[in-house]
Amino acid sequence: MFEYCADPETLTGLTWLSCYLTNGKHLLFYQSFGVVLALLAVTAPVSLAFGFVGAMAARSTFPPFSLFGKLYTSIVRGVPDIAFFLFFVIALDQAVEYLRHQAKCPDWDMPVRQGSDFVVCDAAKMPLSTSPQWVHETYGFTLAVLTFAIVFGAFAANVLFGAMRSVPRPQLETAEAYGFSPRQTFWRILVPQMWVYALPGLSNLWMILIKATPLLFLLGVEDIVYWARELGGSKNARFSDYPHGDWRMFYFGALLVFYLLLTRISEIVLDRLMGRLTLGQATAGGEAQRKAPA
Amino acid sequence: MKKLILTTAALALTAGMAMAESHSMTVRMGTEGAYPPYNFLNDDGEVDGFEKDLGDAICETAGLTCEWVTNDWDSIIPNLVSGNYDTIIAGMSITDERDEVIDFTQAYFPPDPSAFAAMSDAFDGTGVIAAQTGTIQASHVASMDGATLVEFATPDETIAALKSGEADAVLADKAFLDPIVAEDGELMFAGDDVMLGDGIGIGVRESDEELKATLNDAITALKEDGTVNTLIEKWFDGMTGPY
Repeated sequence: MFEYCADPETLTGLTWLSCYLTNGKHLLFYQSFGVVLALLAVTAPVSLAFGFVGAMAARSTFPPFSLFGKLYTSIVRGVPDIAFFLFFVIALDQAVEYLRHQAKCPDWDMPVRQGSDFVVCDAAKMPLSTSPQWVHETYGFTLAVLTFAIVFGAFAANVLFGAMRSVPRPQLETAEAYGFSPRQTFWRILVPQMWVYALPGLSNLWMILIKATPLLFLLGVEDIVYWARELGGSKNARFSDYPHGDWRMFYFGALLVFYLLLTRISEIVLDRLMGRLTLGQATAGGEAQRKAPA
Repeated sequence: MKKLILTTAALALTAGMAMAESHSMTVRMGTEGAYPPYNFLNDDGEVDGFEKDLGDAICETAGLTCEWVTNDWDSIIPNLVSGNYDTIIAGMSITDERDEVIDFTQAYFPPDPSAFAAMSDAFDGTGVIAAQTGTIQASHVASMDGATLVEFATPDETIAALKSGEADAVLADKAFLDPIVAEDGELMFAGDDVMLGDGIGIGVRESDEELKATLNDAITALKEDGTVNTLIEKWFDGMTGPY
């Protein structure tokens, strides 16, 4: 990166370190922090949406919907994450390719399953094997978001389902007495009030989501833990300009700091949010706020 | 009218180009990127090593366009079989067990002795021995009397376990251990080398007969013109090309 880095063997001390920390591999490591943060930023709202739909379905008075909602939450919550990640993603990917195969290569005469092989025509590959690497990476990232959203959506659905039932019944009764339709009661009375009950559960989920990002590597997305392991492993002078011993401790130490900071920031934000949501609510927290001197 | 002719000509031209492009097939090469000198990530974070050079040479000879992909060793075969890439070129020894699931091209690297690296020469083939999960070395240790196998996901972690005293020895390809033992004063080779596997080949899906044939032809050509030997001598210190 810097001009004086051309010959790292002659460098010592801080100059060496400045070159070492800015080589191509480290730049990829720094980028992966962006990938993890982007994943969190996209996955959290998507899982919340999945959770909301799941909870609405589970409460529905129409049996097929409620059955679907309940099945979704109980099955996904019951399957171990790692099994889900390994199985579901490959299955999803193959399902997409199979559908494309049916649409694009109708005159294909060989079976799609040949022994353990899964073979579709070239035009049905998703993404096409001719597409550039970034398309493959974006596809992998999208699969990751979708899988995380389905898993965490199921937990969120359960939390929201409970929160919806925790809103005091008198609130809903009052709405009905004023002639609100069930739909109006749901959207104007129940939903705005349920968040205060949902937030503790959702904040737990958020913390777990932050820590779950190393599962990304199972999906072929290179995350911070992958790079920390790769960079920290001992490097031999024959294969690297920056030979060093086993430095994984320092890299994992850096990750520790990163995760702790992320947790602390989340806590501060969630506390503020809780304060806002409690305002004017018929809960112990809301009562305390009301009684506190202005 | 002129415009119409021009458009048709342009169309015909682009169609021709599209046809020409489809002839140069893109092959996605799957590797681990953690097993120097076979394959590793260099300081720029790109795939490098013996197999990178050889793979590029094979693709050039066979007229293929190659894209390099890294994948965890653990899931390297499932991802090949489900079509996420088209070859495995990751120092993978040809064994009967693997041959049941995938197909191999002819070997591009001869059967390489596996060696034990230990902290002291008191190692006698018993005790705790570290190896990478899913390798021929791991199954060999599992079949040894008096030895307890500890498996690690990456080859680098096996060395770390040896140095921290968690394991008494590491069993791995000698070519991988050589530069490590040479540079680290504490480590040494101990016990006898063992010959495992039938050499290293490129793994392809069993249904990919055509690709297998193309790769085989390219490897034969490269063995004949001495490229494979040159690359082996370039990446493996003190080894003479066997082909």
